[in-house]
Amino acid sequence: MGPGYVPLALGLVLAALGAVIVAKAYVAPDLAPDRAVSDGEASTTSPSDRVIPDADLPDPRPLAGIQWRPTAAIFAAVGFFALTVDGLGLLPATFGTGLLAAMARPGTRPLRALAVAVGLALASWLIFVVLLQLRLALFGDWLGG
Amino acid sequence: MDLLDNLALGFSEALQWQNVLFCLLGVALGTAVGVLPGIGPTATIALLLPITFGFDDPTSALIMLAGIYYGAQYGGSTTAILLNLPGESSAAVTAIDGHEMARAGRAGVALAVAAIGSFVAGTVATVVLAVAAPVLARAALSFGSAEYFSLVVLGLIASIALASGSTLKALAMIVFGILLGTLGQDMYTGTPRFTFGVRELYQGLNFVAVAVGVFGIAEILRNLHDPRTRTRVVSRVANLWPSRTELRQIVGPVLRATGLGSLLGVLPGGGHILASYASYAVEKRVSRNPGEFGHGAIAGVAGPESANNAAAQTSFIPLLTLGLPANPVMALMAGAFIIQGITPGPDVMTEQPALVWGLIASMWIGNVLLVLLNLPLVGLWVRMLSVPYSVLFPAIVVFACIGTYSLSQNPYDVLAVAVFGVLGFVLIRSGCEPAPLLLGFVLGPLLEDNLRRALLLSRGDPTVFVTRPISGVLLALAVVALVVTVLPMIRRKRDVVFAEDE
Repeated sequence: MGPGYVPLALGLVLAALGAVIVAKAYVAPDLAPDRAVSDGEASTTSPSDRVIPDADLPDPRPLAGIQWRPTAAIFAAVGFFALTVDGLGLLPATFGTGLLAAMARPGTRPLRALAVAVGLALASWLIFVVLLQLRLALFGDWLGG
Repeated sequence: MDLLDNLALGFSEALQWQNVLFCLLGVALGTAVGVLPGIGPTATIALLLPITFGFDDPTSALIMLAGIYYGAQYGGSTTAILLNLPGESSAAVTAIDGHEMARAGRAGVALAVAAIGSFVAGTVATVVLAVAAPVLARAALSFGSAEYFSLVVLGLIASIALASGSTLKALAMIVFGILLGTLGQDMYTGTPRFTFGVRELYQGLNFVAVAVGVFGIAEILRNLHDPRTRTRVVSRVANLWPSRTELRQIVGPVLRATGLGSLLGVLPGGGHILASYASYAVEKRVSRNPGEFGHGAIAGVAGPESANNAAAQTSFIPLLTLGLPANPVMALMAGAFIIQGITPGPDVMTEQPALVWGLIASMWIGNVLLVLLNLPLVGLWVRMLSVPYSVLFPAIVVFACIGTYSLSQNPYDVLAVAVFGVLGFVLIRSGCEPAPLLLGFVLGPLLEDNLRRALLLSRGDPTVFVTRPISGVLLALAVVALVVTVLPMIRRKRDVVFAEDE
């Protein structure tokens, strides 16, 4: 039994399951009538007769409903932190991440996002460096810290 | 007597001042995230997991994380009752009758009943945990690799059988999770798998990064796509104490729900959400006037609240005795054990008695703290809802990044958070739940290790899984569970359980 045995077996099972899911989607889409809502109308069609909150149920709307701005901004925010935390240090990295994240919400005013980012940079310094005593450089090598 | 000795040890550990403090911190945080819709206990524990790495004492870390979990059950019901806004999914049932009671001016009574029910259930479930855990752990010590393999299979299958949503997709998510778990160097030969020459991937994916991504970040993306309006119908809370008649009315529901919840909590995948729905259904059925349900039935608050709290406590049993997490929160707790250098499993009970019993005792202490914390401070918690989401979510993103990074000062882990955040969101959107993925990811290495070890011991003979009696029974149970889930007729019945509340 080599190192590839389990991954290969899992891959085959996964491919088979995927094929069945694809086939099933063509033959019998499994959207229940009350959950098959087109995007944009989700909140208006069935207001409150289902009390189960969506936290543990899959969202029935198709992938087409994914909005570009929040998705890209959040990805960029986390990615920015990963790429800069060593180079720029904690304060600039959290500031940038906070700013990008704040901009993820459509309709956020730039000034407000800026305020949130500054507040977050200060808060993370207070919480993680002062209170929890994590050893993180406030400013990184790129800035001569 | 063993049990008393153990509990005494537990309480002496849990009552150390710093542990009480962390317990308080945990339940307060838990209540807070329970109140706030949009961030659940799973995401919070995932986000705080990295921070506990810096704790000197593993007991404190685990006590705090556990506190968040059951604290959230309390907080979620508070807003469910007052605002018809379940902050936590298991509180959705409480909202039905709890909010009706609040609208009828009985908000105080509803809150008190929820607290009393939860407290009684929590106390009983703690005792159940203390009695059952050592017995199960002793049984588990006789398990070999074949038994463990079959047990993991059963756990994974059972978690699908009890979960909501598409069975097929849940199964696929589990397999995908296991596959992600194989990433990195093979533990027997050292051959790198799926690393594509990237050296940072040799150690495999960081569990915390995956969890923070698929639960924390994906959850934020989901909320940003679906901005819900917040209703603010805060009823005034007066007259906290229930009358004697009302107290008499809730004795039955609380006791039934405690039993039901304790049982369901142990089962993989079910846990507290299933418990509260099931309890509501049961109470409605045994009630002398079922028409009352939906219009402020006191049993409709007492039952589900007790059930979810009992289940939250007993879901620790499989983790502490077998090392198997029954739900995503327990998977995170398993992660917390591992971060502290402890492998959860049957040995933990004997090797770290202070830790295990301290954790168990802290749950009871936590329940006391929750009652003290919640009833007088209801107003404060409700006011927390006025924190705008536009401040809250960037804060969560930033803390997630710092937390993950501080774990091993590795930027690649943070990059993994970004990738798994978007991936998790896309999966949620396609109707695939991230919870089975995480369970598969956590249990995957255990599954592979035991499979290969069992096959090595049997010299490649696969019948060993069926011929060893315990292993064979476990696998048979897994097959039964799978068949039951897939059979359409029974599946429809399963949907009824979830739709009962209408």
